[in-house]
Amino acid sequence: MKKEKLILIGNGMAGVRALEELINIAPEMYDITVFGSEPYGNYNRILLSPVLAGEKSFNDILLNDDPWYEQHRITLHKGREVTEINRRAKTVVTRDGVSADYDRLLLATGSNPVILPVPGHKLPGVITFRDISDVDTMINAAQTMRHAVVIGGGLLGLEAAYGLKQRGLHVTVVHLMKTLLERQLDDVAGGMLLQSLEKRGIQFLLGAQTEEIIGKQRVQGVRFKDGREISADLVVMAIGIRPNIELAKKSGIHCERGIVVNDTLQTYDPKIYAVGECVQHRTQTYGLVAPLFEQAKVCANHLAQIGFRRYQGSMTSTKLKVTGVDVFSAGDFTGDATTESIVLRDGARGMYKKLVIKDNRIHGAVMIGDTGDGPWYFQMMRDRQDISDIRSRLLHGQAHLGDAGHGGATTIGMSDATEICGCNGVCKGEIVNAIIGKKLFTLEEVRSHTKASSSCGSCTGLVEQILAATLGGDYSAAPKEKPLCPCTDYTHDEVRQAIREQRLHTIDAVMRRMEWKNSDGCASCRPALNYYLISTWPAETKDDYQARFINERAHANIQKDGTYSVVPRIWGGVVTPKELHAIAAVAEQFEVPEVKITGGQRIDLLGVKKENLPAVWRELGKAGLVSGHAYAKALRTVKTCVGQEWCRFGVQNSTQMGITLEKMTWGSWTPHKFKMAVSGCPRNCAEATIKDFGVVAVESGWELHVGGNGGVKVRVTDLLCKVKTEQEVLEYCGAFMQLYREEARYLERTAPWIERVGLSYVKQQLIEDADKRRALYARFLDSQKYVQTDPWAQRAAAEVHTHEFIPLKQVV
Amino acid sequence: MLPTKKEVSPESSAEWLEIGSLEDIPRQGARVVRLAEGDVAVFRTAEDEIFALRDRCPHKGGPLSQGIVYGKKVACPLHNRSVHLDSGEAVAPDKGCAATYPLMIKEGRIFLGRRGQTSS
Ligand code: SRM
Ligand SMILES: Cc1cc2nc3c(=O)[nH]c(=O)nc-3n(C[C@H](O)[C@H](O)[C@H](O)COP(=O)(O)OP(=O)(O)OC[C@H]3O[C@@H](n4cnc5c(N)ncnc54)[C@H](O)[C@@H]3O)c2cc1C
Ligand code: SF4
Ligand code: FES
Repeated sequence: MKKEKLILIGNGMAGVRALEELINIAPEMYDITVFGSEPYGNYNRILLSPVLAGEKSFNDILLNDDPWYEQHRITLHKGREVTEINRRAKTVVTRDGVSADYDRLLLATGSNPVILPVPGHKLPGVITFRDISDVDTMINAAQTMRHAVVIGGGLLGLEAAYGLKQRGLHVTVVHLMKTLLERQLDDVAGGMLLQSLEKRGIQFLLGAQTEEIIGKQRVQGVRFKDGREISADLVVMAIGIRPNIELAKKSGIHCERGIVVNDTLQTYDPKIYAVGECVQHRTQTYGLVAPLFEQAKVCANHLAQIGFRRYQGSMTSTKLKVTGVDVFSAGDFTGDATTESIVLRDGARGMYKKLVIKDNRIHGAVMIGDTGDGPWYFQMMRDRQDISDIRSRLLHGQAHLGDAGHGGATTIGMSDATEICGCNGVCKGEIVNAIIGKKLFTLEEVRSHTKASSSCGSCTGLVEQILAATLGGDYSAAPKEKPLCPCTDYTHDEVRQAIREQRLHTIDAVMRRMEWKNSDGCASCRPALNYYLISTWPAETKDDYQARFINERAHANIQKDGTYSVVPRIWGGVVTPKELHAIAAVAEQFEVPEVKITGGQRIDLLGVKKENLPAVWRELGKAGLVSGHAYAKALRTVKTCVGQEWCRFGVQNSTQMGITLEKMTWGSWTPHKFKMAVSGCPRNCAEATIKDFGVVAVESGWELHVGGNGGVKVRVTDLLCKVKTEQEVLEYCGAFMQLYREEARYLERTAPWIERVGLSYVKQQLIEDADKRRALYARFLDSQKYVQTDPWAQRAAAEVHTHEFIPLKQVV
Repeated sequence: MLPTKKEVSPESSAEWLEIGSLEDIPRQGARVVRLAEGDVAVFRTAEDEIFALRDRCPHKGGPLSQGIVYGKKVACPLHNRSVHLDSGEAVAPDKGCAATYPLMIKEGRIFLGRRGQTSS
């Protein structure tokens, strides 16, 4: 079959990004031709500001050089402007007479800078700030001229002013409004910004309306409506941009402010797509790359004809790229009668933070000075996260949310040799080099190329900071909720809902019903689906062991050398001499290389060969020892302290309470591992307040705590309630676990889950609504009927999965 | 590159080792063949294709036979990098390669070619 022809008009950021996405998913599908009116390959327009300021060179910002186009067999027409689209004949023609035909056409013509139509606007020396040639003009001007005037106090204008100042010019910014960046900042923040830019030697004329640009042969000055005049050798117009739709309009493609497209980025002509700043989608146009990249992704999917992805619009946030001046803003930051705002202002430190809140959700954020938490607020804003539970600490930033050990770090001053990712040993320098060398834009890309932040994830914030600092812009516009995995566009919650409502009982059924892109999924979605199925339909679903990670398949923890570890359950941390004998005997009989007391009050036999596991379990089973599920996303340990029976401070029998809880809950599969502890008094020797469910004895009964985590990111529990009787402890515990089992996403521990849904929600379900609590508890107990069979005993008796433990063939 | 359906006769039993039948390997799973020179992982995909690789992940030697099999790939159990079953190559952008072994099926029995090959 002959390949279809795809033509891209506009060799800029959005268009080429769409090609990159397309080549990724359908490399052989089209014969591609690109027309670009600029005489270069695709470059990173965002970084023109640092080039102007002398912080980067043109080579640093080139994204795709000629060999890239050659390698992908793309025909590139540099410096050729398309002036005609003939939609009937499906051809395009350039100004210099080159023509080409297409089957599909992609328009990505960007925008044009707006030019004030005042007298004198055509004089030599009046320029805009849009492309490399503008930057060249400015750099050359800096060598011979003294006075620059920038018209426009928006992001572009300020970046131009800063760059020109760095080049040694005397710079005045002229702005029509009374405050700077009025579209991004409120008055207070705008005022602080003004001060810090003035300190850098830039002058400002606010509330000044330009009436004329004066000069004979070339620019000599600017006159304002109020009669004032200032001298100028160079005038930069940076008052805004307008989608470049001339060509589209001329060809009869429906345009309003921009080229109108639907959710698949298709124009009114079904053969023609459009992405980027030239586009108008659901009445919005965008002038930042993050939303354009999202458009590019969706568009590529549809060009590849595999897409059911839709573009649904984006929320954007902005940053100013002026070195040393940190500004962040997102959403609606002025607010109105229905909103409230929380403000933190520290003039001496040049710091200002304002959050606009509506219905307990962040609606907008403005920050100046310390903007490190910007992405965090922005994420919560996009997730529409309820913040009522963290409201009092919100303004102090993520570092103050019990995030011990990771708080407050900033990557700006770090040397290249500073280790960022402790799991994979990746340093700052490596990340920066990968971002530049491999042209990475997103967190996901950095993860897959460098492995940084791909394991425990605690350095994610740092990696995002490095991305932002290296690239200059703010690229963090991931879709609001991420798809479950790359095999689908549906989110965890949507998949779960479908499983429940459409009564799906097998992984295969889910994948077929929800049109999975890869027929048998991947190593991320299969375990998740398996969990969702068994937790939704405990009686009906057959557990699919091939969808389980090896630890859960083999009921032991794989070790780095391929051997396994064995951790028997030690109820509430209490052992008998007989059990200890049995463990010791097994260790000797099977020559177990190491026996270790774990951090969970149990004993670990490390280095057991896989084929010995069933025999080891058989021996342990003889002494009544069963699986401790130390390998599973399931109930792990219930730690206890000695409590009332022995301790002089104990007020309740915490040891027995722990054992009873463990007997009720063992075997339960959970979204992530689930740990408990019971302490006999508020001295809390069992560390119950960093457990998923923690119980602390008090004189009058028991305090129940939830959502603690002692791992990567320490989180102290929230107090759920106080109860009197043991039965109540069991009921709340079962109900809490069931709520978590039914509603949290796979691999989400209770701590992030509670932070996402809010403690108040959990309280509502468990405390305010007693019927709901009882129903949850009943469902929990019911699901336990199907899982409380010791998996070790089954395997020791060779009842199930014998193939797992025996080599297919042995010739040694 | 693998003659899974084709019936080829083993030229010499010294080179081709009979290891079992398709049913012995779980679908979307793997089994280990233990040889003097080291373990070989024999995979069976959802589509019933079979592949054999040296049971050592190119990253840090993790036993690939213990991973999750999906499509024509396996995700290593140790650090979750994926490897193509047909070529033994790590899935990009990761680099590295596990040696492949030829397999053939004759009269329902699977034979493993004893010399591993590192494809480039
Ligand atoms: C054996 C043990 C260390 C020890 O020698 O003491 C251990 C060993 C492992 N831990 Fe742990 N953790 C052990 C107690 C803990 C504790 C302490 C506790 O439970 O009181 C914590 C912090 C408390 C917590 O979880 O909130 C802990 C936090 C982690 C984490 C981080 C979890 C988090 O939410 O941030 C991981 C990584 C993960 O789960 O993704 C982890 C993962 C692991 C794994 C399973 C790594 C892996 O995936 O292979 C280790 C398995 C080793 C093995 O093969 O046995 N282990 N781990 C402890 C077993 C307890 C038990 O009896 O079952
Ligand atoms: C100085 C500066 C700083 C910026 N900073 C940021 C930032 O920090 N963060 C951020 O998110 N965004 C920033 N932006 C905005 C960002 O660069 C744009 O949103 C993005 O480049 C738009 O991509 P696009 O592909 O739609 O348009 P462009 O990148 O402008 O590409 C359009 C291309 O099409 C070509 N073209 C137009 N018509 C034709 C035709 N008829 N025939 C052939 N070729 C044609 C043009 O020459 C141009 O090369 C900045 C922009 C500038 C100028
Ligand atoms: S046992 Fe836990 S803390 Fe220790 S190395 Fe393993 S995962 Fe890390
Ligand atoms: S050893 Fe396989 S991923 Fe690390």
